[in-house]
Amino acid sequence: MNSAKSTVPFKGTPEQEAELLRVIEEKKSDKGALMPILQKAQEIYGYLPIEVQKIISDNTGIPLEKIYGVVTFYAQFSLYPKGEYTISVCLGTACYVKGSGDIYDKLQEKLGIGGGECTPDGKFSLDACRCIGACGLAPVMTVNEDVYGRLTVDDIDTILAKYA
Amino acid sequence: MADLTVKINGMEMTVPAGTTVLEAAHMAGIEIPTLCYMKEINEIGACRICVTEVNEGRGFRLVAACVYPCSNNMEILTSSPKVIAARKKTLELILSDHDRKCLSCVRSGNCELQKLCKDYGIDDASLYDGVKNEYEIDDSAAHMYRDNNKCILCRRCVAVCAKTQGIGVIGANERGFKTYIGSAFDMGLGETSCVSCGQCIAVCPVGAISEKDYTKEVLAAIADPEKTVLVQTAPAVRAGLAECFGNPIGTNAEGRMAAALRRLGFDKVFDTDFSADLTIMEEATEFLDRVQNGGVLPMITSCSPGWIKFCEHYYPEMIPHLSTCKSPQQMFGATAKTYYAEKMGIDPKNIVMVSIMPCTAKKFEIGRPDQSAAGVPDVDFALTTRELGRMIERAGINFNALPEEKFDDPLGLSTGAGVIFGATGGVMEAALRTAVYTLTGNEVTDLPEVRGTEGIKEATYNVGGMDVKVCVASGLSNAREVLEKVKRGEADYQFIEIMACPGGCVNGGGQPQVPMGVRNFVDIRAERAKVLYNLDKSMPLRQSHHNPAVKALYDEYLEKPGSHKAHEILHTSYVKRSVN
Repeated sequence: MNSAKSTVPFKGTPEQEAELLRVIEEKKSDKGALMPILQKAQEIYGYLPIEVQKIISDNTGIPLEKIYGVVTFYAQFSLYPKGEYTISVCLGTACYVKGSGDIYDKLQEKLGIGGGECTPDGKFSLDACRCIGACGLAPVMTVNEDVYGRLTVDDIDTILAKYA
Repeated sequence: MADLTVKINGMEMTVPAGTTVLEAAHMAGIEIPTLCYMKEINEIGACRICVTEVNEGRGFRLVAACVYPCSNNMEILTSSPKVIAARKKTLELILSDHDRKCLSCVRSGNCELQKLCKDYGIDDASLYDGVKNEYEIDDSAAHMYRDNNKCILCRRCVAVCAKTQGIGVIGANERGFKTYIGSAFDMGLGETSCVSCGQCIAVCPVGAISEKDYTKEVLAAIADPEKTVLVQTAPAVRAGLAECFGNPIGTNAEGRMAAALRRLGFDKVFDTDFSADLTIMEEATEFLDRVQNGGVLPMITSCSPGWIKFCEHYYPEMIPHLSTCKSPQQMFGATAKTYYAEKMGIDPKNIVMVSIMPCTAKKFEIGRPDQSAAGVPDVDFALTTRELGRMIERAGINFNALPEEKFDDPLGLSTGAGVIFGATGGVMEAALRTAVYTLTGNEVTDLPEVRGTEGIKEATYNVGGMDVKVCVASGLSNAREVLEKVKRGEADYQFIEIMACPGGCVNGGGQPQVPMGVRNFVDIRAERAKVLYNLDKSMPLRQSHHNPAVKALYDEYLEKPGSHKAHEILHTSYVKRSVN
């Protein structure tokens, strides 16, 4: 079990909370309300940290664990915010056979976070993605809109340094 | 609805419409194995151990018997080669990600998975070994640990926590092969609003969750010549303990239990029934005081530490309704380390108070604040019925051949009112027996209105011209329902008894585990409760106010029920807790 508590400080605003409460009020008496509430909550905050899940639990009466169970079941929900720079490593077939797995591992090691997570300073978040249509450049990763191809693990320091 | 005709293994029979294949087979005397299925609580058809062949006119196919309804003219094969092969494969797949440390497992011998593996002839437990999940053991709670390496993901614990108890602090996290049972944000159970009831342990088919075992520490204390080791046994323990030694559910173990405890080396073998009587003296006095002097009503009982913790987490605004009486376990320890210690000239620091409880929340309760009447904890170790069973087994004591022995004086003396504490409604009945006497001088015994295993019971008694409206709830979902009614002002009870476990302590989280295949068809709560009501009936004294040892305690030490000294020693306080 990894600790799933986000280390990125929660920066929710009163406006976001008011909007979430509005959503909960509107939906909470519906059958199966939890999924749509979570989807809206993720739209509002970008992710679903403990603070947000607690608001949902307190205002719907659904136990926090049940909410957490649903959030961790569906890949569409994230416990972590996106970083200022979102790094995506392609783990599609072509990139993978060209060694993108090693690159993904190296990034996790360098950033000190797992896939789907965000560094505590909010700078980088890391995700794996499937084919981005640049198989000719495999292995490929993107940092926000920038695409990096024909990578080796030795390129990673230089790339990260550009955004530091 | 019309009855259905079905053919089970070629044998024709009639079953009511709505009967499942599993239930039909049970009626035919065939037990289909189950792992996840709990009648009315966990009907999820997930584990696939109950797969059975049925033919509804389109040829035989495998269905989950626990949730599949019978249809007219259905043919059912419960142990065809295909069925056996499917169940065997399921077992092999479960074993591929199961920590197979059966030799040292607490459930070895009464593990439901182990039994199935034997029944289905699993000859190679490592057949499908591959990647295995590795989990850290969660021992953050005071009363139990979770070892997910042994978990088979049947979700019985999850269902009982969420549905029976209305709490839901555990659930399935992640998905697929990574699925595990845990709490939100991977909090340790001790950080959550778990109430320690242990119902999850009582239903776990394997050794994934268990109470924290303190038998070694207790044996060490017994071996220490400096220590006087006293033991008290809760009412419900005598209604469950014999099951550890192969006796049928509902066997009275009282006499043999006392004998076994003596042979284990406890210096004095006492009885929590004594302090149950004492609790009644204090609680009935508190209740009448609240009624007569405008105190907070309804008053709610405080014997069940799982209920108390539930109230503190989920209904902190109701804390003023809780009786300030310590539970019988704690009253016993407090009395032993003050009155009894003084009487016998023993330094309370040298008394080791051990309690045998049908309960896991008692392990939490002994560590609560404001439970140290003599400046040291009232109770040092709270063992479950199961732990006592293990101690007796380990000591080589032939339990079934033991003579029936008595408890020691004076703290082993009790009345019928004390022993019924172990069943839902028992505390209420015992309190009413004494309250009626106090107000009218009349003696009452049997009060059938508050007996029985129903989750919520109501009754009104006319006591000395005053109507006393009472309510009895067991199981925390039922408690929640009652509390909501009180909060909405829809109920005008004066006195409520709440027990955390459904059916009361006889079905406590520390009682011997009964395989779910039995529990689904036998009401263990009722069977065990019968032991207590029969004991009550057989006792010469049946009202707490007649307990001679309790009277002596007041005469020699506490003055009278509700006195200042009684408050110092026998009463406690509560705290607000958060929900996690």
